[in-house]
Amino acid sequence: MEDLQKQIDELKAQMSGFDAKVQSNKLSMIVFSGDLDKALAAFIVGTGAVAMGMEVVMFFTFWGTTMLRAKDKSVKGKDPVSKMFGAMLPKGASKLKLSNMNMGGAGTAMMKSLMKKKNVASLDEMIEMAGELGVNIYVCEMSMDLMGFEPKEMVDYPGLTYCGVAKFLEEAIDSKIQLFL
Amino acid sequence: MSENIKADKVLDLKGLPCPMPIVKISKGIKEVEINQVIQAITTDPGSLTDFPAWARTNGHEILDTIQGDDTITFYIKRVK
Repeated sequence: MEDLQKQIDELKAQMSGFDAKVQSNKLSMIVFSGDLDKALAAFIVGTGAVAMGMEVVMFFTFWGTTMLRAKDKSVKGKDPVSKMFGAMLPKGASKLKLSNMNMGGAGTAMMKSLMKKKNVASLDEMIEMAGELGVNIYVCEMSMDLMGFEPKEMVDYPGLTYCGVAKFLEEAIDSKIQLFL
Repeated sequence: MSENIKADKVLDLKGLPCPMPIVKISKGIKEVEINQVIQAITTDPGSLTDFPAWARTNGHEILDTIQGDDTITFYIKRVK
């Protein structure tokens, strides 16, 4: 009898451990790629997850940061390397190219006109919609620094926050789904 | 069966591709009361699997699904 009680107590202790580990209904995603097709996939999954009742966190790093540049903002007085990066990298979501079949821009242009014809939301529209739906966007501070991007040249997105890897991991640890795109 | 279902709100989602039908229905369902019914009309074939998946995940009930020539009509009851 005493044994049984002991076993029950042990089980109870284990169960409370499980409770603490219960994940929240959240999706965390790293958007590393700066390709149009992958970015679209990221935002379709992100906005879809909100519709499915999930909290969504998107963490933009490396080439992914380029889609959050505002096309009508620029910063003066950058050093030459940052200037070069700024000129060579896509300035905002509308400047991204397909990862495949870009064909010097012809493929991307064709895909965009196809998307319009088929009523598929553009990346700009997807980002705006994500903002309305409350998708949380975090941007990697180190990538910003490497590329020479400054916060004042990024899009106006509600609650956009600059952070490091720890913030992403904190969100990812208790997420049901984690993705890397 | 659908003739007997009275919709409290109609959501026209015709011509919208993924993910818009799901995004709009998730907004639309909040605009009716619990136990009220939404009629959603889509043209996206993907919604045939997406709407049941959405309803199961969010705990709502699809009362009926009618496939027309070009459209799919769902009757969805807000459960919670």
